[in-house]
Amino acid sequence: MSEDINSQGYDVPPEMQNVVAITTLDKIYNWGRRYSVWPMMFGLACCAIEMICTAASRFDFSRFGMEIMRPSPRQADLMLVSGTVTKKMVPQIVRLYNQMPEPKYVVAMGACASGGGPFKEGYNVVSGIDKFLPVDVYIPGCPPTPQALLFGLMRVQEMIDNQSLKEVRWYQKGDLPAIPIPILGPDLIDPRDYPEFAEKLAKAQAVVAEPEEV
Amino acid sequence: MTETTMAISKNIETRFSDGVTLDERTGYEGYIVEADKLIEFATALRDEFGYDFLSSVTGVDYLPEEKMEVVYHMYKSTGGGALIFKVQVPRQAPVVPSLYDVFLGADFQEREAWDLLGIKFEGHPDLRRILMWEGFEGHPLRKDWKEAFHENDTKPFDARWPGGDVYRAEDENPFTKNVLYPEGFDPEKWTPEGETAVYAGMTEIESDDPMHTDQIVVNLGPQHPSTHGVFRMVATLDGETIVKLRPVMGYLHRNHEKIGERNTYLMNIPFTDRLDYLSSMTANWGYVQAVEKLLGPKVVVPERAEYIRVIMSEFTRIANHLMAIGALLNDLGAYFTPMLYALTERELILDIFEAAAGSRMMCNYFRFGGLVRDLPAGVEQKMRDLAFERLPRKIDELDRYLTENEIVVVRCEGIGVLTPEEAIGYSAVGPVLRASGVPYDVRKADPYGIYDRFDFDVAVAYHGDVYDRYLVRLEEIRQSIRILQQALDDLPEGEIMMGKPKYSIRVPAGEAYGRVEAPKGELGFYVVSDGSANPWRYHVRAPSFINLTGLSKMCEGDKVADAVIILGSIDIVLGETDR
Repeated sequence: MSEDINSQGYDVPPEMQNVVAITTLDKIYNWGRRYSVWPMMFGLACCAIEMICTAASRFDFSRFGMEIMRPSPRQADLMLVSGTVTKKMVPQIVRLYNQMPEPKYVVAMGACASGGGPFKEGYNVVSGIDKFLPVDVYIPGCPPTPQALLFGLMRVQEMIDNQSLKEVRWYQKGDLPAIPIPILGPDLIDPRDYPEFAEKLAKAQAVVAEPEEV
Repeated sequence: MTETTMAISKNIETRFSDGVTLDERTGYEGYIVEADKLIEFATALRDEFGYDFLSSVTGVDYLPEEKMEVVYHMYKSTGGGALIFKVQVPRQAPVVPSLYDVFLGADFQEREAWDLLGIKFEGHPDLRRILMWEGFEGHPLRKDWKEAFHENDTKPFDARWPGGDVYRAEDENPFTKNVLYPEGFDPEKWTPEGETAVYAGMTEIESDDPMHTDQIVVNLGPQHPSTHGVFRMVATLDGETIVKLRPVMGYLHRNHEKIGERNTYLMNIPFTDRLDYLSSMTANWGYVQAVEKLLGPKVVVPERAEYIRVIMSEFTRIANHLMAIGALLNDLGAYFTPMLYALTERELILDIFEAAAGSRMMCNYFRFGGLVRDLPAGVEQKMRDLAFERLPRKIDELDRYLTENEIVVVRCEGIGVLTPEEAIGYSAVGPVLRASGVPYDVRKADPYGIYDRFDFDVAVAYHGDVYDRYLVRLEEIRQSIRILQQALDDLPEGEIMMGKPKYSIRVPAGEAYGRVEAPKGELGFYVVSDGSANPWRYHVRAPSFINLTGLSKMCEGDKVADAVIILGSIDIVLGETDR
């Protein structure tokens, strides 16, 4: 039994130290989860290639218990948003996130997924997946090197270590609400914007009209 | 202009006395064709003058002149320089006859010009948006179209410049997102277009099957492990056989061209890295070549830089083809093991890139007139070890494991066939074209850099199927190793950059089309300069995008499982497909 799940302060007889561990439920629950994070096999852009390299033999993230990449969101725990999120793609990404079962984590890999990156000003680019999904770890880089990705994945593991069964959102009462799926209209529409839409639209047109008045 | 092209131009002028004029603007070349003469002109070029390969179709928005121009670049599939012709139409309602019936390769490119510039191609059977979605407001590459995060027309932005008032674009936007809506838009009273356009015409396709079996429409992607990214295919199936297949793209459309037209010339180099992110060095070269053409003969690339350019390009080709072969085997179901073999070698090449350029994938290594920095100490020895010792051995190993493998042979032979005529007609390039028996390689057909100094063969195969594309890639790796060995032996000492490095260059007004043989095929950059520090038009002729034009043709009649490997054999990279 691994040293890292033993709780301090209990005397386990020396002859049983490799057989018995005295620990808390939280600890063993998180210990199991941290070494079996299944990322979703889901590549968006350049960063996906570095993700593949990280999975391949030189860097090999199976050392951290992450080798099983699942193409189906239903079997995945971790969404690595690896690349530029475009407006055309974001409805699918949100849908995939909604399809993932809890517990689930999102890693924004690279500059584009974190904030739009070099393409931020583009008319078809969402400035960061955090506009739609709750992001747990941001990894800087364009693209992040495999080492940086591994570091980010270890932060996810640390995050898992610090979670407690009492507080995690998936064991709270009631259903977790799904994230509303953005709609492709004349431009990308976030249904969460609906209540203030008219107000914001008027403001936007005032901003556009302003320079002409000057 | 060489003697043959002069003779041809003379013939063209006598053949078309009216409706075709020489483009006499300074810095421009080719012909300006009247819109109603276009189809006749293009047909004559193909049938009488031998220009059978339509390389690039794109539009240019000349806002000050209130004109919209469509630019065509034609080549002979036997080699030689370009023949350029243009059609000018009024900017308000641009309508140009479609070349779809003459060159099938115009299909996607005309749709792209419609999508991004709003040029209507009359006679195109399926003129839908291709990169943006149906229902999107406006044609973004028009010069008067401004996006939500628009700050200035050109970079560097005032807000970033010394003394500028720095702000973030999202703070200015009331939605705090990169969005923009037409006036008075009300989402509550509006129904989205949805996917009707994507699925239109995909059901109840007539077939001569006497059984009258039901057809089903299946959607693959954009999130699918076989699509090499965010590519999407909609297929109508009869049993397992594909009756009709429609590629859907644009899920990684990152507005490369719009951003490129705002950037200064130098700023665009790192963006070209992100086009085909598996082979950034060749993309660098294509763009740098176009701008060097614009700058004219005063740009002389030093010898050492020329050699390093070749060396880097060939290493890129090897890395890319290794990845392509690994991915093809993935698609065949040999999940990840062949890929691991391929990636091991690719990592060693990436080490060289990292040592030379500072980055594994996004090399940003080429500059106008040379390279950004010289090779650090020890890298040359590493390159020699790879080119002379390790790679030849490892490629033989890969060959031994895969080529004769029964599953590979049975799955790949006779699948996704493209005849030479079809391949040329669809404007296919690179290994796809060469596997169909057309020995066309830009390095030989229209040599650039110092490729005419090296002794190498154009890899070619004659069946036009998936297996032959695999064989062509394998052979190309061997030929690249041959070039590398010669280049490394001859690599001279000396400068790597002409003059001092400049951060901002001014380019004389005019147009240029630079093309290189990227691993995926002919990669072209069409750059129009108006004499300022930013390109007026910046267009990428992306091989992975145009190679997909023939995808439906290759897949129809094959099984749905074969569509996956046919796509794998084209070897697309979505960054370049969608740009």
